[in-house]
Amino acid sequence: MGSINLKQVTKNFGDVSVIKPIDLEIKDGEFIVFVGPSGCGKSTLLRMIAGLEDTTSGNIEIDGEDATATPPAKRGLAMVFQSYALYPHMTVRNNIAFPLKRAKVSKEEIESKIANVAKILNLSDYLERKPGQLSGGQRQRVAIGRAIVRQPSAFLFDEPLSNLDASLRVNMRLEISELHKTLATTMIYVTHDQVEAMTMADRIAVFNAGIIEQVGSPLELYNTPANKFVAGFIGSPKMNFMDVDPITDDPTCCLGIRPEHIEISTEAGMWAGKVGVIEHLGSETFLHVHVEGSGTFTVKAGGDCPFVYGDKIFLSAMDNKMLHFDAAGITLPQQHASVVSI
Amino acid sequence: MSINKSNKSKLIYTFLAWTISSLIFFPILWTLITSFKTEAEAISSSPSLFMFDWTLENYEEVLARSPYFNHFWNSIVISLGSSILGLLIAIPAAWSMAFVQTKRTKNLLMWMLSTKMLPPVGVLIPIYLLFRNFGLLDTKLGLVIVMTLINLPIMVWMLYTYFREIPSEVLEASRMDGASIGEEILYVLLPIALPGIASTLLLNVILAWNEAFWTLILTAADAAPLTAFIASYSSPEGLFYAKLSAASAMAIVPILILGWFSQKQLVRGLSFGAVK
Amino acid sequence: MATTNSRTLARLMLFPSVVLLLAWMLVPLCMTLYFSFLDYNLLTPGNNEFIGFLNYEFFLTDPAFITSFFNTLLLVGGVLLITLGGGIGLAILLDQAIWGRNYVRIMVLAPFFVMPTVSALVWKNMLMNPVNGLFAHFADWIGVTPIDFFAQIPLLSIIIIVSWQWLPFAALILLTSIQSLDREQLEAADLDGAGPFSKFYYIVLPHLGRAITAVILIETIFLLSIFAEILVTTSGGPGYESTNITYLIYTQSLLQFDVGGGSAGGIVAVIIANIVAIFLMRLIGKNLED
Repeated sequence: MGSINLKQVTKNFGDVSVIKPIDLEIKDGEFIVFVGPSGCGKSTLLRMIAGLEDTTSGNIEIDGEDATATPPAKRGLAMVFQSYALYPHMTVRNNIAFPLKRAKVSKEEIESKIANVAKILNLSDYLERKPGQLSGGQRQRVAIGRAIVRQPSAFLFDEPLSNLDASLRVNMRLEISELHKTLATTMIYVTHDQVEAMTMADRIAVFNAGIIEQVGSPLELYNTPANKFVAGFIGSPKMNFMDVDPITDDPTCCLGIRPEHIEISTEAGMWAGKVGVIEHLGSETFLHVHVEGSGTFTVKAGGDCPFVYGDKIFLSAMDNKMLHFDAAGITLPQQHASVVSI
Repeated sequence: MSINKSNKSKLIYTFLAWTISSLIFFPILWTLITSFKTEAEAISSSPSLFMFDWTLENYEEVLARSPYFNHFWNSIVISLGSSILGLLIAIPAAWSMAFVQTKRTKNLLMWMLSTKMLPPVGVLIPIYLLFRNFGLLDTKLGLVIVMTLINLPIMVWMLYTYFREIPSEVLEASRMDGASIGEEILYVLLPIALPGIASTLLLNVILAWNEAFWTLILTAADAAPLTAFIASYSSPEGLFYAKLSAASAMAIVPILILGWFSQKQLVRGLSFGAVK
Repeated sequence: MATTNSRTLARLMLFPSVVLLLAWMLVPLCMTLYFSFLDYNLLTPGNNEFIGFLNYEFFLTDPAFITSFFNTLLLVGGVLLITLGGGIGLAILLDQAIWGRNYVRIMVLAPFFVMPTVSALVWKNMLMNPVNGLFAHFADWIGVTPIDFFAQIPLLSIIIIVSWQWLPFAALILLTSIQSLDREQLEAADLDGAGPFSKFYYIVLPHLGRAITAVILIETIFLLSIFAEILVTTSGGPGYESTNITYLIYTQSLLQFDVGGGSAGGIVAVIIANIVAIFLMRLIGKNLED
């Protein structure tokens, strides 16, 4: 219960097309993350699945049935909003009870369900408080509680962690992943943070300008990005791009190499560069290296990196780790890449 | 030393502010005081602020000699009736404009506002004739209709600005939670917007209570609210200061009290959100 | 938040407001326009024949119109001047740290809540009466001849009364605006060595610009239609000395029963109000975009 199928779905706001025809099958029980820069259409698509926005053309099927024209209240989905969207005038208990009351669940059942949810989410002590008296993390939990209490066929998360501070975000990330394992319900999760996408998703859909650039597991996207956009979006720090071939010195369309796939040498390498800003993170170090003619490279080194600002060093790409893109940004097959580098 | 200096300027400002505000408030205070004087004391050439024989006889006489409570009741029915009726019409409209915005929303709001700027004399004759033909002259119903229509733009505007402050995600959440539009408005929007709705109601009660064009023109005796009743003191009863004061005091005190509660909302309502 | 469902519903819910306001505005206005071209007097029921622009000609060339037009200007202008000047002063004063600010605020605000007929009668009889009024007592006490306000300076007397009613409004709006002024701006100006006058001129006054415009436009809309104050004090007299356009049209239509002439006057008043309204709409329209 909880498969969602998008068929040639589009969305226009007036003359502006914000979602170009999209096909996507979301399997029951799957945790799929929509990721992309702001304005790419990921939130709009989520709201269309929710029924909060009209679908301009195409069909949205929920559990095999066409739900394109079904109002949000009848779709059996639950949503967690970025702002939590709790009912400020109701206690936590009533917030969580609200969807059950709308579904005409009996009083006793409501009580037992609330107690259950409160236990799972550690909210038992706060049931009589109003949202205004809770911390950000607690509000987030209430929002999740309100979503899970009526056992929807799928959960929709719209950037739910972006209002939390960094450490809380990591905790909630784990809690939501944990919840997904326990409930085994379909979750669609929208974020602009690729770390959230990588750590939580079964599958990631990378959005850009109203289309899906690539759908795949986190590692697929990391290892074999379909194009330059995905290559640049997935991975932190970002992939380095250059437009001069380091071997032949010819101008080429595009080469990409991840910071963690660059070796540093003091003697020789593909590129000669000068160390710029050094960011020590303890376990690892990021060097920003200025390379004549190719711009600044971000290079990942070990935690005990000996270089200082201004040092001259050499950089080389690890074997078979360099990606080549054609003029349109499409990733070229790896064989081709190795031919070039020989 | 600096504390001393700032205290000194505070003292000067305080003195200045109290003096000026007392002068502004004086006509009202004087009315209230005079209402407790005898007619002789009221016109005395050496008027006294407190040192006189306080009496309630003016109130007794005003109540005995005129159907004061009728007019008071008319004022209540007209101001409260038109405000509640207005709310019932304005809330759905404000909901639409605040939460389902279209390209035309702004124009519609401006148009509603423009009806407020129509000078009453521009429609005086037709309204008067229509009211005469439909038997609405000097009826409470007629005035409730007029007051509702006069204040409808202000109500829609005020409610619109209050609704806009409610994040639409909260309403969307209720939709996701399975609420129908009716349930969404009843259980979520209205309780959250209650303070705003109350202030809208309050301000419109005040405006309708004090309206003094249509109430003077469209009423004679039966439906006359306090504005029209007081106008009948224009002459020669107005020369009975103590009784004029007593009648005036009874007309303004309830609304003064309401008004003091609604000062903040007054700014928002009367400036159409231009100043918050 | 916008789906076909909710859009249909929204239209439905807007419908009553729009239809009612449309009816309230258009139906009578069209009737007024129609009457203004007729020879229509309630006292002489007859054929009500079409007479073109004759009513307008009579209305606009009537010396009473010229007088009342200038009276309207003086009334609006005078009240604006007093309430804005006083309002800015009061707003700045009430913005200072003072003891009992809430009580001061309440007292300043009070006149706004007094119904026009009460304030006009209280001023007319108890304060401005040339024999028993408080001002007359005061004049006697300092040994000067009391002024007969409504005989000697009828229009100014009305301006004073109306200003008293509207001063609180101006002060309150301006005070709200001053209080929204960024205190850090003033502190920065202090650090830059600005004196109180230059602080007022370069920081406070520009910040108040929008509120001042709002006060001017809103007051103008209401002041153009001043009626009750004139009705219960001077009834427009002596002569036409304190008649404004609103009052003139009232006398013509409901006292002389000249529907045609009154309607022509009403249309003229609508045109005048429209000119003001256009400016007000621009200001509020701009505000909507923020």
